[in-house]
Amino acid sequence: MSTFQISNRKNGDIVILDISGELDAHTAPSLEEAITGLIGQNEHRIIVNCTSLEYISSAGLGVFMAYIEDVRELGGDIKLAEMKPSVYNVFDLLGFPTLYDILEKETEAVAKFNEND
Amino acid sequence: MAKSPTYKLEVPASTDQLSVARDFVCDHARSFGFGPAEVEGIRLAVDEAMTNVIKHAYKFDDSKTVYINVGMRSNEFWVAIQDTGDTFRIENYQEPDVEQRIKDRKKGGVGVYLIRKLMDKVEYSQKNAHNEIKMIKKR
Repeated sequence: MSTFQISNRKNGDIVILDISGELDAHTAPSLEEAITGLIGQNEHRIIVNCTSLEYISSAGLGVFMAYIEDVRELGGDIKLAEMKPSVYNVFDLLGFPTLYDILEKETEAVAKFNEND
Repeated sequence: MAKSPTYKLEVPASTDQLSVARDFVCDHARSFGFGPAEVEGIRLAVDEAMTNVIKHAYKFDDSKTVYINVGMRSNEFWVAIQDTGDTFRIENYQEPDVEQRIKDRKKGGVGVYLIRKLMDKVEYSQKNAHNEIKMIKKR
């Protein structure tokens, strides 16, 4: 069975979700729950740190597709950082790099949120 | 001529079996001589095809079975995924506009597009109440 874990931490008013393992149709609902939970708490400055994400399928990408507009309408964003090349390739195949902020380092994602203040 | 080897796996149509199917196919892809990038591409194509079967052909009925066959012939590696559920009509398929799907808050709908990008050839067929998607990758 796919293993997937999420934990979150805060950096000022930014929430950082650390995701690890395999994100597929089996595990995507837990990421969806985490993101909708944050939106419900009015947390809309979100960084997803993918350091330990080993694999993603379109079911995982679908979570980012479904909620990015909601978050942006609230004045926030979902920025992605620290992807392994094999994970980045999947985002790249669908043209995500022109639609999402995908940063090499988490610190760059934090800086990007702060520069827009 | 010697028959090309084929390997079979049958799993319940449940998303918790996706990693089992992915690992099964990838082990054979590696043995066939594919490098890490190709193996990752095959892993994703298998996942997308099986997810579509679970979701669209079987509508999440986990009492149903997904049949996975893997084979090799000269420089070709193929994966066939079969089901006995609703038939996918490739003739009705349209390439997704990802930007528009994001605007419409759509959760995906890009699996077939990925499969076609990742594999060299993709064939759909129906025989004896079985639907099949056959995905071919050349070495």
